[in-house]
Amino acid sequence: MPDLGLEVLWRGKNFVRLLGGLWVALRISLIAAGISVVAGILLGIAASRKRSVSSVILRIWLGIIHIMPQMVLLFLMYFGTTRAFGWNLSGETAAIIVFSLWGAAEMGDLVRGAVSSIPVIQRESAEALGLKPFQVYRWIILPQAVRRLLPLSINLITRMIKTTSLVTLIGVVEILKVAQQIIEANRKASPNAAFGVFLTIFVMYYLACRPLSLAAKKLEKHWR
Amino acid sequence: MAETILSISHLTKRFDDQTILEDLSLEVREGEVVVIVGSSGCGKSTLLRCINALEDIQGGEIRLRGELIRYGSKNLPEMRRKVGMVFQNYELFPHLTVLENILLAPVKAQKRSREEVREEALTLLDRVGLKEKAGSYPRQLSGGQKQRVAIVRALCMHPEILLFDEVTAALDPEMVREVLDVIVSLADQGKTMLIVTHEMSFARAVADRIILLEDRNILEESDPETFFTAPKTEQAKKFLQSFEFNRKNKAEA
Ligand SMILES: Nc1ncnc2c1ncn2[C@@H]1O[C@H](COP(=O)(O)OP(=O)(O)O)[C@@H](O)[C@H]1O
Ligand SMILES: [Mg+2]
Repeated sequence: MPDLGLEVLWRGKNFVRLLGGLWVALRISLIAAGISVVAGILLGIAASRKRSVSSVILRIWLGIIHIMPQMVLLFLMYFGTTRAFGWNLSGETAAIIVFSLWGAAEMGDLVRGAVSSIPVIQRESAEALGLKPFQVYRWIILPQAVRRLLPLSINLITRMIKTTSLVTLIGVVEILKVAQQIIEANRKASPNAAFGVFLTIFVMYYLACRPLSLAAKKLEKHWR
Repeated sequence: MAETILSISHLTKRFDDQTILEDLSLEVREGEVVVIVGSSGCGKSTLLRCINALEDIQGGEIRLRGELIRYGSKNLPEMRRKVGMVFQNYELFPHLTVLENILLAPVKAQKRSREEVREEALTLLDRVGLKEKAGSYPRQLSGGQKQRVAIVRALCMHPEILLFDEVTAALDPEMVREVLDVIVSLADQGKTMLIVTHEMSFARAVADRIILLEDRNILEESDPETFFTAPKTEQAKKFLQSFEFNRKNKAEA
């Protein structure tokens, strides 16, 4: 059997350190996802009114975020703005800001799409029953929009978790950084550590993201 | 004579620069069944939509038992609760069960007790033969069943008047009857109704009064017997002829 370099994981606290790195990655994406969902819903509802100022802002913002590599945004935020404006940002904070800007734009667009995909006559049918505008949103529009939205937003969160692998480039010690440190430190004792460590990361990412995409599929089926 | 429930006076409705209805006046008395007919695109749906202010109007006024129904007014939701509307394509809420569809507005808008409305909803569902569908979702029902649920949903609000907009136009022929039978029985119970339909034998049976809408206004208005056997205007004759078929070269019997 070839040496897969797995034994390095059991040396010292290496495995726990990897888990810690994964947690950093998850923490960044989950905080950013939370901010994105709240901001995205507000932005999306505002933008669902045609020709509103907010819909124009959202479109421009989204246009920029879409074509911009995430790395450029991260570098701009972490190296650029700290110099230019002289403030202090930790890598993790910078990452959360960038991910939130990205997530809020995409989430906003998803919400806008979901809300405006509900036929006008559904709203009219609810109004004709004497429901007040707020009640129409609460009981008719939003529940139907959320059903269309949830699978898509889970997909977005999964993409966020994946993209955290970039934040190592602005000095955040997340799972990939920890991996490099472990491999580096054990180069003599376990020359094959790279395979074992990255294989472990492979499995960890899978275990972290798979339940989300399963849940998305399940909800999609459940709600049709 | 029974009290006037709905009173439309000098109604004018325009979309941009296109005038759909002009200076139209109409009164509906308590317990009366008024059927509106007219060629496609003449403004029948628009008239019904104006009545519960789904459309803004450009002139005239609409009153329900003397109270103004006005687009954008503060008490509009309250007024709309007194007007039951049934749409051509049912417009049930797809994410709610049949029973939830019916209970939503009585409970949330009228603040009635859930238990009481539930009881009533089940009785009404039973009457239209759909009690066992209370827990189903709209997508699990046929068109005819959906439309009967939509009627029950409107009835449960105890409206002063019911508006029906071509409620069988989207149905397969074999389902038309089950829906029209329900409306006929409502007429027998003395409900006040304003019905737009293309089903002429139904119109003749159910109506107390028939109105022909043509060219932005009411063109002819009479009791069903007169309307169908002795129409006064040329347009009414033409309209009625459009429901008949004649083969020119068939031998007379
Ligand atoms: N929202 C709208 N905007 C512009 N024109 C409309 C709108 N709704 C209806 N119309 C026009 O008003 C006319 C009457 O339509 P409608 O009331 O639906 O007729 P009917 O129900 O008698 O077939 C039609 O010419 C239609 O094109
Ligand atoms: Mg119509």
